[in-house]
Amino acid sequence: MKRLLLACLCAAMLCGFAGAAHAKTLKMALDADPTSLDPHVQLSGGMLQYSHICFDPLVRWAKDGSFEPRLAVSWEQIDPLTTRFRLREGVKFHSGNTFTAKDVVWTLERLKQSQDYKFLFELFGPAQAVDDLTVDIVTTKPYGLVLAMATYIFPMDSAFYSGVDDSGQPKDLIAKTGPSFALTNESGTGPFYVTYREHGVKTVFTRFKDYWDTKSPGNVSEIVLTPIKEEATRVAALLSGDVDFIAPVPPQDLERVGTHKDVQLVTMSGTRVITFQLNQKRRPEFADKRVRMAFEYAVNNAGIVDKIMKGFATVAAQQSPAGYAGHNPELAPRFDLDKAKALMKEAGYENGFTVTMIAPNNRYVNDEKIAQAVAGMLAKINVKVELKTMPKAQYWDEFDAQVADVQMIGWHADTEDSANFFEYLLMCPNKETGSGQYNSGNYCNAELDALVVAANAEFDPAKRAAMLQQAEKMAYDDAAFVNLHWQNNSWAGRKNHKNLEHILNVMDFPYFGDLTIE
Amino acid sequence: MFAFIVRRIAQAVMVMLVISVIGFAIKTAVGDPVRDLVGVAVSAEERARLSQELGLNDPLAVQWVRFLGGALQGDLGQSYFFKRPALEVIVRKAPATLELVLAASVIILLVSVPVGIYAAVRPRALASRLLMGGSVIGVSIPVFLTAIMLIYVFAIHLGWLPSYGRGETVRLTSWWDTGLLTRDGLEHLVLPAISLSSVMLPLFIRLIRAEMKEVLEAEYMKYARAKGLRPWRVLFVHGFKNTLLPVITVGGVQLGTMIAFTVLTETVFQWQGMGFIFLEAVERADTSLLVAYLIFVGFVFVLVNTAVDIIYGLVNPMVRIAGRK
Repeated sequence: MKRLLLACLCAAMLCGFAGAAHAKTLKMALDADPTSLDPHVQLSGGMLQYSHICFDPLVRWAKDGSFEPRLAVSWEQIDPLTTRFRLREGVKFHSGNTFTAKDVVWTLERLKQSQDYKFLFELFGPAQAVDDLTVDIVTTKPYGLVLAMATYIFPMDSAFYSGVDDSGQPKDLIAKTGPSFALTNESGTGPFYVTYREHGVKTVFTRFKDYWDTKSPGNVSEIVLTPIKEEATRVAALLSGDVDFIAPVPPQDLERVGTHKDVQLVTMSGTRVITFQLNQKRRPEFADKRVRMAFEYAVNNAGIVDKIMKGFATVAAQQSPAGYAGHNPELAPRFDLDKAKALMKEAGYENGFTVTMIAPNNRYVNDEKIAQAVAGMLAKINVKVELKTMPKAQYWDEFDAQVADVQMIGWHADTEDSANFFEYLLMCPNKETGSGQYNSGNYCNAELDALVVAANAEFDPAKRAAMLQQAEKMAYDDAAFVNLHWQNNSWAGRKNHKNLEHILNVMDFPYFGDLTIE
Repeated sequence: MFAFIVRRIAQAVMVMLVISVIGFAIKTAVGDPVRDLVGVAVSAEERARLSQELGLNDPLAVQWVRFLGGALQGDLGQSYFFKRPALEVIVRKAPATLELVLAASVIILLVSVPVGIYAAVRPRALASRLLMGGSVIGVSIPVFLTAIMLIYVFAIHLGWLPSYGRGETVRLTSWWDTGLLTRDGLEHLVLPAISLSSVMLPLFIRLIRAEMKEVLEAEYMKYARAKGLRPWRVLFVHGFKNTLLPVITVGGVQLGTMIAFTVLTETVFQWQGMGFIFLEAVERADTSLLVAYLIFVGFVFVLVNTAVDIIYGLVNPMVRIAGRK
C-alpha cells in the first residue's frame, strides 16, 4: 500500500516537472493595465508596454540607445526627406496574414488619425510602398528623429482591421470611449497574442507559434497580467509568491524586495524629470533671474533624493537625462543656502515674499512629500509657500489655468529626445504652433527657441547634440525653472528569470518576448 | 393602505432624484475625464473636441436631463475607462462585493454569538476580559491596517493564503462569476472577509453581551433556571432568543455600513468588486461610472427600505399611523 502511494506520488511529481518544462508562465503585476487592445487609442507607458508584447515596431531601442532592427531589417536615408526601410520577410500576423509594406503604410496613416499620436507624426507625409518589402517614409521637412519615431510604428494587420464589424462601424475606428472592434480585437506580429481579457482585472497573453524571431532566447509561453495599483498589495503579491514580476517597486519597499532570497531587484536611472516652474507672468519677482537662481540654490535636491526618494532617483541640474542627445555633463546641481540668501538680498527680497504652489499627490513618486520638502526649504530664504496638492484627475486643469505661482511638473520625452523637453516645457508658449504647452513658468527666450528649432532640422547627430547641449546650458544659466531629479525605474522578478536585466531598459518597455525562465 | 404605498413610492422617487442631482453636483469636482483618456502631450484643441463629442461642454442641467432620460430606459451612460455601459460594469462587479459581505457576515455571526454570550455569562473570567479588551483594540484599528497586517502574516510570512484577488472563479450566469465554488476562490476569500468583519465584529460582541446581560437579570430566566431546565437551554432558547431582536435591527443597519467599508478592503486586496471600481473611478475621474454607481447603490438602498417599510406597514398597522403624520 505504502509502495503504491509512493509510486503515485513519484508519478505525480514527474508529471508536474514535465509540465513545467514546456509551459513557462509569467505572472506579473503592473501598476497599470493597457487601456485597450488598440495600440493607437492612447499614448501612455502602459499602452507602449502592451504594444511591445502584442505588436512589434519597425525598430526598437537597444539598451545603449541605438536602434535595433525588428520588422525593418535595414534603413537608409535616400534624400533629406525620405528614409527607405527594408522589411523582414516571412513575418506573420496573429490572424495568419502575411506582413507587407502596405501594412506599414496603413499603420502610419492610422497613427496620423489618432488623437494621441498625430502630434508625434505631424511632420510625416504619407508613406509609400515601393514593393512588398520596401517602404519609404517621407517627412515634409528634414527631421532628425525619423528613426526614433519608427519605434512608435507598430505595424497593424491592415486586412484584419479593414471592413466593418457587426454593429456596422468600420473596424479601424479609433474610439476613445468605445465600443469599437479594435478596442477588443488585436492582430499584430508580436511574440504574444491576447487570449483572455477582463479589463482592469486580468489579461492573458499566449506565445505566438509563428513568431518570426526564432533566434530570441525567450521561453515564456504565457503571460498573465494583473494590474495592481495599490503599492503595498503589489509588493505583497510578489513576496508571497502570488506573482513573479512586478513594476514599479515603490521606494519604501526597495530594501525589503532587494534582500529577499527568491527575488531580484533591477533598478535603472529613469528619464522622467521632476521640476517646479516659476510663473513669471503671475509674479514679477520671478522675472528677476536672481530670484529664480536663489530658488534653485535654496532647494536641496540631493537631500530630497536621499531622504524622500531613498536614493531612488538621480539628482538633476537639467532636463535631459544622461544618454539623451542634449545631456550636458558640465551642468552640476546647485545647492548653497548662503548664496541663495545673498541673491535674494541682492534682488531686494531679503525679507522674502509669499507664493502659492500646487503639486499633484498621486502622479509622481512621492510628489506630495517632495512639494512639502521644497516648501520647507524655501522658508529658509524667507519665502512663505502656500501649498495645495490634489489628485491628478484635478491637477492638470489647475496646472493649465496656472492657478499658482509655483507649479510642479514631471516630464518624460515621448521621443526619447532632449528637444521634446524644450518644446513642451521651456519654449515660449505659442497657441498656434503648440510649443510651450506645459510652460506654466512662462519662461521665454527667443534665442533658445531658435536653437531648438534648428536642432530638429539637423541631421548630423553630433552637431544636433551640441546644439541641444547648448540649449540646456542656456536654461541652466537662466535658472529657467527649479530642477529636482529624474525618477528611477524599478522592477522585481524571481531569481530564476535568467536575463531579466537584459530585457529591461530605461524607457520601461520590457521586451518580454526575450525573457528566459529557468 | 394604498395611499401609504403610493406615498412611500413617491418618496423613493424623490430620493432617487436627489441622489442623481448630488451625483451631478460632485461630477465636476472630481475632475476632467478627458485628461485620463488622452496622453499628456495632446493639445488643448484635441481635448476640447473630445469633451464636445462626449457632451461634457453642455450645461450641467442639460447633461442631467439627458442622463435622466437614459436612466429611465435603464441606460446609465458609458464608463469612459471601461468603454462599456456603466450599469453593465457595475452589475458584473456586484457579485464579488456581495460574496465578500456575505462571508464577512457569516464570520461575524459565528464569532460574535458565542463570544458575546460567554462574556455576558462569565463577565469576570480572564478570557472575557481579554476578549472585551481585544474588541476595543479591534474597533480602533483602521480596516486597511488590519488588512495589511493579515497579508503580511498569513500571505508573506507564513505563505498560507493568497495575498490578492479573487482566485479561480466559476461562471454561474452571464454576469455572475462566483469564487465560492472553488477551493482557490475560497482561500482567496479568507483574508478579505476577516478584514472586513473586523470592523463590525467588536460592535456585535459588545451588543450581544450587553443585551444578554440584561436578559440574564430578567425574571423569566430566573424562573426557567428555578424550574430546573438545563443551563444551555435556558441560555440559548430563553435567553439568546430575546436578545436577537435588537441585534437583527442593528445588523440590518450595519449591513449598509459594511458595504461602504468594502471600498477599503477591496482596494487593499485588489478584490474586484464595486467598492474597488468606485475608488478607481474617482481616481480616473471616470465621472459617468461614478454617477452610475451612486444611482445604482442608491437605488438598491431605496428599494430595500421602501419594501421593508411597506411590509412593516402591512404587518403592523401602527406604522401606518406614524406614516400618516
